[in-house]
Amino acid sequence: MSGVAGGHGETGGARGMGGSTQAAALGLLSLIAAVIAAVLWRMGPARQLESAPFMILLLPLSGFTVLALLGDRMKRDGEQDGAGIVACGTVLMSFALAVWTVVRLLGVPASAEGYRAADPALRGFDWIDVGGLQVPFSLLLDPLSAVMILTVTGVGSLIHVYSLGYMAHDEERVRYFSYLNLFMFFMLLLVLAGSLPLMFVGWEGVGLCSYLLIGFWFKKKSATDAGNKAFIVNRIGDAGLILGMALALSRLGTLNFSRIVESAGSLAPETGESGFITAICLLLFVGACGKSAQIPLHVWLPDAMEGPTPVSALIHAATMVTAGVYMVARLGPLFRLSPTAMAVVAVVGATTALMAALVALVQTDIKRVLAYSTVSQLGYMFLACGVGAFGVGVFHLFTHAFFKALLFLGSGSVIHALGGEQDMRRMGGLRSKIPWTYATFVVGTAAIVGIPFLAGYFSKDEILVSALAAGHPVLFGIGLGTAVLTAFYMSRLLFMTFFGSFRGGHEGEGHVHESPWSMLFPLCLLALGSILAGYVHIPHIVEPAVQPLLKEALAPGWLHWLAYVLPFLGILPAYYLYVMFPQASEKLAEDLAPARRVLEAKWYFDVVYDAFARSVVVGGSTSFLWKRVDVGFIDGIVNGLGAVVDGVARTGRFVQTGFVRAYALMILAGAVVLVGYLLWVPR
Amino acid sequence: MVQPALLLSLALFAVGVLGVFARRNIITVFMCIELMLNAVNLAFIAFSRAWGTLDGQVLVFFVLTVAAAEAAVGLAIVIALHRHKDTLDVDAFNLLKW
Repeated sequence: MSGVAGGHGETGGARGMGGSTQAAALGLLSLIAAVIAAVLWRMGPARQLESAPFMILLLPLSGFTVLALLGDRMKRDGEQDGAGIVACGTVLMSFALAVWTVVRLLGVPASAEGYRAADPALRGFDWIDVGGLQVPFSLLLDPLSAVMILTVTGVGSLIHVYSLGYMAHDEERVRYFSYLNLFMFFMLLLVLAGSLPLMFVGWEGVGLCSYLLIGFWFKKKSATDAGNKAFIVNRIGDAGLILGMALALSRLGTLNFSRIVESAGSLAPETGESGFITAICLLLFVGACGKSAQIPLHVWLPDAMEGPTPVSALIHAATMVTAGVYMVARLGPLFRLSPTAMAVVAVVGATTALMAALVALVQTDIKRVLAYSTVSQLGYMFLACGVGAFGVGVFHLFTHAFFKALLFLGSGSVIHALGGEQDMRRMGGLRSKIPWTYATFVVGTAAIVGIPFLAGYFSKDEILVSALAAGHPVLFGIGLGTAVLTAFYMSRLLFMTFFGSFRGGHEGEGHVHESPWSMLFPLCLLALGSILAGYVHIPHIVEPAVQPLLKEALAPGWLHWLAYVLPFLGILPAYYLYVMFPQASEKLAEDLAPARRVLEAKWYFDVVYDAFARSVVVGGSTSFLWKRVDVGFIDGIVNGLGAVVDGVARTGRFVQTGFVRAYALMILAGAVVLVGYLLWVPR
Repeated sequence: MVQPALLLSLALFAVGVLGVFARRNIITVFMCIELMLNAVNLAFIAFSRAWGTLDGQVLVFFVLTVAAAEAAVGLAIVIALHRHKDTLDVDAFNLLKW
């Protein structure tokens, strides 16, 4: 039935009949769903659990394939609406399958060590088998990756649905949705991979999709520049990741996640801290820094906001940028063996959290505030990992995915309402004009600043407790300070956007409109998630063995009281400055002008990198690599070889006299020499 | 028995080489090349007889066949050359040089 519907839709689309690609898309989706249901139904219960992860993975890829093959045709016929349906449908199916799988996994009795312990690695096929290196295409479905696939597909499908509304008027919808589907495939590959090289495939794949989507509106120069910047900065991090993998392979002899942990565990306890484990961890952490935008490789993320807003929400807030945290948590037992690496992770995380939060104070672009907020929150996650609370880091990753996606989508709704305006100085008073967006945005803000009993409160609280319990009072203090700053800049964002009076001029005011239901519906669901996500205690799921230890060292009672008042230390000053007395904020800005200049220059990272790139990279390439090495050496070799051949030919050509008997003489001479050699040279 | 035959072969071969270098008529040069081929054939047969194997004689048949084909092609080229320049002087054909 479905196949028939698909075939009919295609021919209808060619004739340009309205709505026929939607019919084709729905037909295709029901066909895929039917095939998957039939295949799963035919399998036994054990095989079902082994196959489901592969299907979760391949569903978005199938969506991408369909869109890639039919995209041109859809675009030519002006029938692009089917694209969004295919993209959303495959991702929603993937989400449904992920939920089903995880529920089935929970049903497996943990005490019997049944499925989880017996075969956590799902072996697909042999992928790399060269000499001593064997990397099968195997997936790993354990509590950590289960949390990740639920986050990725759950938030991902909501953002896909949101994109239906947000991108409804874009000319290039097919391209957009195909990239988005491809991203989902690579992201799922990243979190499901059972070995480092396979994870690296997903890692690079999401990097590629990030690049493509940042530069989605490639006619805008700043968008392509931002895409290039993201790609190049990530290459620096990936170089570290590759070196880390190579070192791990040469020293540990395996790149399989479960075996890396085993072999590292068997090596380290006797020898104490070993240098190479530290080196492996630090190199891998360089990769994590690039992907997760940690200082000093954080510079690409704020620029990445040039992409469409749903992309910022999905890739540059909720999922891809958390890949570094995921990797560190995945290799947690390895990092635990190296106190030095742990300290580096914690310090880099805390520094990033603080510095990015400070920059967020002075940004005026609504998305850039959120971007720096993301960098800051990622710093929190690394801080948690660095003090040994990997489960807590993943917990914050999980809650952050909800409220940051919500905030980005909310900001997208604001931008949509204002017809593309992103500058908060030209917003204000939107509270009554877009009430749904406002309500959900308030929930998101409350969750991120840590208002008690919302998602962010639980995870942030646990990070601070872990830092204190692990004996890092300084890092704990930085975390506290960052929490106050977070409350301040998020309240500032909220107040500047939704409170006061509209500052965008009169003709703009009339056009402000609430977004369509396809955008509001995901906002509401994400708001619900931002309220409830904190009650799913991720650390307990991800690290059941470690969690009791942390419980014993739980924080003193005063910390909990502090957590209650902490957000208000930021919210109240922001309310005072931006709602009650806006003049006061201007005066304060003038009084603190030197500090503000530093923050507005984003700590001069871009200036220094630009200078470095100009002087060393461009300058060095021009004066040394180009003028000396290329012109002098490389060209010298090529031209020199040419000159030698030319010279030999110039003199040697006179051998060819044109007299046949001269040639015969040469043949004779050759024969004589040959015979002489055979006769007189001793064997 | 081998030695006289080899000496004869050597003599024939030397005559052939000398002819190639000393004579200027293409056909004579050509015949001298044939002479060298047959000197080698003689050596083959002498060795074949001395060692009691047939390999040498088989090779002679090959050489004879190739020589026949070569003569056909070679004489055709000679005719073409003569048509072109009205002479058979080897040294007249020296166009293909630096």
